[in-house]
Amino acid sequence: MLELTGITKAYGGRRVLDDITFTVGDGRMTGFVGGNGAGKTTTMRIILGVLASDGGAVTLNGTPITAADRRRIGYMPEERGLYPKMKVLEQIVYFGRLHGWNAEGARRNAVELLERLGLEERMDDTLESLSLGNQQRAQIATSLVHRPELLVLDEPFSGLDPIAVQTVQQVLADAAADGAPVLFSSHQLDIVERLCDDLVIIAGGTIRAAGSRDALQTEFGGAVYEIEVGGDIGWLREQAGIHVLDFDGGRARFEADTDAARGAAVARAAAGGDLLRFGREHTTLAQIFTEVIR
Amino acid sequence: MSTATQSRTAPASLGGSGRDGVTDPTFWQSVWLVGLREISTKLRSKSFLISTGITVLFVIGAVMLPQLLSGIGGPTTVAVVGGTSAAAFEGTDVETVEVADRAAGEELVRSGEADALIVPSDDPTGMTVVALDSAPTDLVQLLSVSPGVELLDPDAVPWALGYFIALAFGIVFYMAALTFGVQIASAVVEEKQTRIVEILLSTVSARALLAGKVLGNSILAIGQVALIAVAALTGLVVTDQQVLLAGVGPGIAWFIVFFVVGFVMLAALYAGTAALVSRAEDVGTATAPVTYLVMIPFFLVIFLFDNEVAMGIMSYVPFTANIAMPMRAFLGTAEWWEPILSLVILAATAMLALWIGERLYRNSLLKTGARVKFTEALKG
Repeated sequence: MLELTGITKAYGGRRVLDDITFTVGDGRMTGFVGGNGAGKTTTMRIILGVLASDGGAVTLNGTPITAADRRRIGYMPEERGLYPKMKVLEQIVYFGRLHGWNAEGARRNAVELLERLGLEERMDDTLESLSLGNQQRAQIATSLVHRPELLVLDEPFSGLDPIAVQTVQQVLADAAADGAPVLFSSHQLDIVERLCDDLVIIAGGTIRAAGSRDALQTEFGGAVYEIEVGGDIGWLREQAGIHVLDFDGGRARFEADTDAARGAAVARAAAGGDLLRFGREHTTLAQIFTEVIR
Repeated sequence: MSTATQSRTAPASLGGSGRDGVTDPTFWQSVWLVGLREISTKLRSKSFLISTGITVLFVIGAVMLPQLLSGIGGPTTVAVVGGTSAAAFEGTDVETVEVADRAAGEELVRSGEADALIVPSDDPTGMTVVALDSAPTDLVQLLSVSPGVELLDPDAVPWALGYFIALAFGIVFYMAALTFGVQIASAVVEEKQTRIVEILLSTVSARALLAGKVLGNSILAIGQVALIAVAALTGLVVTDQQVLLAGVGPGIAWFIVFFVVGFVMLAALYAGTAALVSRAEDVGTATAPVTYLVMIPFFLVIFLFDNEVAMGIMSYVPFTANIAMPMRAFLGTAEWWEPILSLVILAATAMLALWIGERLYRNSLLKTGARVKFTEALKG
């Protein structure tokens, strides 16, 4: 379990991170969401030790994280980059070796990954000769070549073609299934919503919300309900304590002043004998996000 | 290969199919890996191989050409009338041809079969040298009687040779320092520009990264200088100029020691200053101060090499000491302890340069965009 406690960071007097506290549980896919400049990249750099924090602690399974622990992290920085003139396989092996693998093991891992990512034909080409999508795949292979036990990926889906997006999703899912803590940031809220178990929402350098996706949906979901009946539901607009947001024939979305008012409305629909559906409106991550950072 | 892939059922996932073959790398293992990449990248660069090849050929040519040129046309052939002074040519590469009389000899000279003709005459030396259109100086010298010469300081180096050696030390140091200094600088910026440095820093420390770069490029630089030295020495040996060798030996030995320390110092400064900028176009401006530290000493030593006071001072000042102290060791004007003292000063400066370089490097690597201020990078 990766745990951040009270992390602060300032650049020249300007505080960019303030009391950042959250955990990434074993086997939990954790989405890290925030606007540009919210502090995601800085936080990730601090986890990796690329940047030093001004205060607070990063711990792994309860003990302060060490350089050796960090070598077992699979990291993909937001700003991608590999050696343009170096051959694909060779540079992935190089990174494997920097992480402590011997030449043979690093090569085995690299070939395995490149095959999985569909790059086996291009292993001996220089990076600059690859298409952008394939360069991204090489980048993914670079973050995984040392068989990391923890993943920290900054915008892993940006710039990927749809097939590569699926591959990366699979890689993340496999990692989590193996029990690795996975932290990834993304601007594509739909992907985050689909993939993640837990959510961390950051804005202006502070954590605005953190927890499981379901809990957050319950907590921040607006009190909007959906109802559908067989006939016309126009009567709902006159129901006491109910505010209809929009309606169309038998379907309506509404808010209720009190639980009792809501109960009364549902009871009336049920009494009509043709209640087809009633429930709380699904709260999208985008809605939660907007709500939380307001 | 495909069967191997299929038989592997587990996905290429984390910590999955074993972590055998992985150990925590030590600092020096990381340094060595980084250095090795620098070396192998460079050794595969065609432009590097070609320019090294040209330099080596140039050096061999410069050393051997004068000897080869003087040998053109083969041995001198002299026509002699009546056995005049044939004894004077014994042990030289002058061939003598007996001719019957002066007319026959002149015929040979005119046709080019002989380079000169020697005939008996009333001259005090008892002979006259006849040649076609210019006086054969070499021949005349062989036939002349010279007084004995004794040198009071037989080991002193002639002025021209001193100048030549000063120039050679200077050029070799200047070229290697500039080539590999710029090499390090552009490699640093390339890593910044391509953003790869962030992945590198998440794996190895900035210190190991810098040390690896300096180590790799130092090995390359020293290798290239050694190659040039071997080429020059081979040239001297092949063309029988060993005489030159004996005197140059200690100078070269000190030169190499000073080169190693001086190069590490410059390499650290090049890497540190280059890290301040993020674009390849800005490398030149950022590293200009270091380039001056290479160029100015070069010109000072070239111009002042026969000024003992200036050389004495320069041989202790880091940067000029790299060339000046080996020079003085070579010219025999330095006491035995002087190179050692100078080396200690140089090594201390190199340590300081490494400290500054490492700070600049570490504090600027992740700051892309505008140029990082020197003082800011130094403070961190």
